[in-house]
Amino acid sequence: MTDTTAVPLPGSLAEIRDDFLELSQQDRLQLLLEFSDELPALPDALRGHEDELERVEECQSPVFITVTVGQDGDAPDVVRMHATAPREAPTTRGFASILAQGLSGLTATEVLAVPADYPLTLGLNEAVSPLRIRGMVGMLGRVQRQVRALVGAAGTLR
Amino acid sequence: MTAPVDPSDKFAAYAHPERLVSTAWLQEQLDAGAGSPDLVVVESDEDVLLYETGHIPGSVKIDWHTDLNDPVQRDYIDGAAFARLVGGKGIGRDTTVVIHGDKNNWWAAYALWVFTLFGHEDVRLLDGGRAKWIAEDRAITTDRTEVTPVEYPVVERRDEAVRAFKEDVLAHLGKPLVDVRSAPEYSGERTTAPDYPEEGALRAGHVPTAVNIPWATAAAPDGTFKTREELDAVYRDGAGIGDADEVIAYCRIGERSSHTWFVLQHLLGYENVRNYDGSWTEWGSAVRVPIAVGTEPGEVPAR
Repeated sequence: MTDTTAVPLPGSLAEIRDDFLELSQQDRLQLLLEFSDELPALPDALRGHEDELERVEECQSPVFITVTVGQDGDAPDVVRMHATAPREAPTTRGFASILAQGLSGLTATEVLAVPADYPLTLGLNEAVSPLRIRGMVGMLGRVQRQVRALVGAAGTLR
Repeated sequence: MTAPVDPSDKFAAYAHPERLVSTAWLQEQLDAGAGSPDLVVVESDEDVLLYETGHIPGSVKIDWHTDLNDPVQRDYIDGAAFARLVGGKGIGRDTTVVIHGDKNNWWAAYALWVFTLFGHEDVRLLDGGRAKWIAEDRAITTDRTEVTPVEYPVVERRDEAVRAFKEDVLAHLGKPLVDVRSAPEYSGERTTAPDYPEEGALRAGHVPTAVNIPWATAAAPDGTFKTREELDAVYRDGAGIGDADEVIAYCRIGERSSHTWFVLQHLLGYENVRNYDGSWTEWGSAVRVPIAVGTEPGEVPAR
């Protein structure tokens, strides 16, 4: 890997961050709730196979994620993130939805260059608490690890 | 004015029946128009957004982490902050506060314990919490609750009666001590609950002599508290607490043990029960405190 510090944050993630930062604390919670409601259902191919997805141990609620690279008609290095979490865990669903929307469609190189502390830059520390944000940090780390494993196996990255 | 006591038979067997209300009782009160400042329903959940997805009409939210903890020091908020918080929720010093939440009222019990630190007289739990209310198809709304703030006096927090610190636990060794964490945390296989994030304790195990009664043992499958008879069997007999004068409960940060504290203090009527909120995240990282590993309580260390 080359030095990634100079890589700018992908537009999708920067836009989500800016949307949060321009709101009051209370409205940030509402926006997180909107993300939670927008978390797409698992694609048909994954439904019924939830136990094959990776559990995000850093989150307090059962949330499972998986990543594809270059599937479903995407260019060979394009990433999609899928996640499922119960309705009773809206915060965790919101975290997953932010990452699924912000990361899906990026190239593997772009996903791997996302700084590990991106979740801490959304301005949610006060409204949600740093302890809970750690769940999203863990989720991002697991996505990146899956992407690294997939591109490593396929030899598509460099 | 305080609300009437729920006269349910089940509650009458508890030492302090006035500390619990049933979903039916609450429904009746709300239907009769009860509200702030006489009665305020507070929701306290593990998930900070759950309240926003739908809550009991007229209820307010208090979050264990963002509202009740001091943002800088590892401590609870002070009297001025508490007065601002609850006054802003329409709660006065004489208000009947009914708290409920997710996960068998785990976090609700924690909030109730913090209200107790400030000596709020009439604070109760909704038996079965959020899950039971929803399972019974009772009213839920996403409408924002309109609150008329009331004046709440600035009361100094009084920790001695229900809160234990590390030194208190050291002095207590040999008297009943309940570790309410999961079996693998107690034995030392892990430092956090299964499926929960690691939250930094350097050593694993339990405080010597503590018995292991996981907190959810007190709950029935529907999330309500078990009956008096069942709870006596678990704690008085099973945990060997008997008729002890003093009991301390702990977990990882004092949340799960608030639930057990509620059971021991209010349902079984032990007079002197304290919650050690420093719990394993403090004990497991403190220098030169004794630790026992394995499934046995272990001995009182020689001093």
